[in-house]
Amino acid sequence: MKCRSCGGKAVVNMRHHKLALCKEHFLEWIPAQTERVIEKYGMFTRREKILVAVSGGKDSLSLWDILQRLGYQADGLYIGLGIDEGISYSAESQRIAENFAAAHGLKLRVLEIQREYGASIPQIAQETHRGRDKPCSVCGIVKRHVMNRIARDLGYDVLATGHNLDDEASTLFGNTLSWSGEYLLRQGPVLPETPGLARKVKPLCRLYEREVLAYALLRGIEYIYDECPFAVGSTSIYYKELLNKMENDRPGMKLAFYLSFLDARRNGFFAERTHLQAELHPCPNCRQPTSAPGKCSFCRMIERITETNFQRDESR
Amino acid sequence: MVKLILRKQEYEVRPGMSLRDALKKLGILPEGIIATRDGELIVEDEILKDGDEIILVMAISGG
Repeated sequence: MKCRSCGGKAVVNMRHHKLALCKEHFLEWIPAQTERVIEKYGMFTRREKILVAVSGGKDSLSLWDILQRLGYQADGLYIGLGIDEGISYSAESQRIAENFAAAHGLKLRVLEIQREYGASIPQIAQETHRGRDKPCSVCGIVKRHVMNRIARDLGYDVLATGHNLDDEASTLFGNTLSWSGEYLLRQGPVLPETPGLARKVKPLCRLYEREVLAYALLRGIEYIYDECPFAVGSTSIYYKELLNKMENDRPGMKLAFYLSFLDARRNGFFAERTHLQAELHPCPNCRQPTSAPGKCSFCRMIERITETNFQRDESR
Repeated sequence: MVKLILRKQEYEVRPGMSLRDALKKLGILPEGIIATRDGELIVEDEILKDGDEIILVMAISGG
């Protein structure tokens, strides 16, 4: 198979684009595509300060690499979740993120959940009803809260995450199966800034996960290959596998699914329920918006942890 | 023979097959992986040679 640009040996074939490229042209094509997406959705400009949520995985590190190659001002934020599970998952992810930042002369901010809030993600999950079976939902709440807090407190204009097309299509698939209208309404490449919430963007949302992987490999980016031990067997991975089966038979299906959803949303297919929007109010503790009256779920979880730690210390 | 490795699982196919046919025979979807040989990325029409060791890198991650 030959590179469409130069006729050299192709190293990546993208059936959905009917496009095969050599290493050199693929490594030019990915940033060019990302730049197009940034401009198309008005994500940010070169004058704005970007905070990239960096997990140590291929997607977030590739995003950070692409943004710095494109000349954007992007710092990284690594959140230490305290997940060990016998493979030092968090410690290894942090090492990789720190090495990447050092090698590229980039600024990485590190926040460790245990140090900041007195308990790791598995410990918080253990103490709360929500996460007892599986800590993923607790992890999601904590990460969203922390990313938003750091972005606002440190004066970043925008928070960027490494979500790729497969992430977006599988989330969309799950939300469609359950007709989760509120989630469908909020899913998109850009979540505009609202009182208490920083603008959030997903510059890789139109790149297949496989393309991001190829980019990471070809750029020689070291990333954590092991799956988060708690994500093994997760529903999102199951949906990705199902979508890949369809993609295999109908190349382009995942991209069409996502883009037609964005078109439908733009055309008003998912109506805004204004009374629900009006019910959002700031948490009295952290000021981030919450749907239920009183403290937000993050602050309630942390309160519980603080109380448990206090009782434990008292009984010693 | 040709050895293909996905995570810690090893598979063998006969030489002379294309990567596409090898993956089909093993029931592995090309959409979910990138194949490498000696550290270089290869595409589906690559003919696999005797003694090749193909590392299949999983693309899917999530939680």
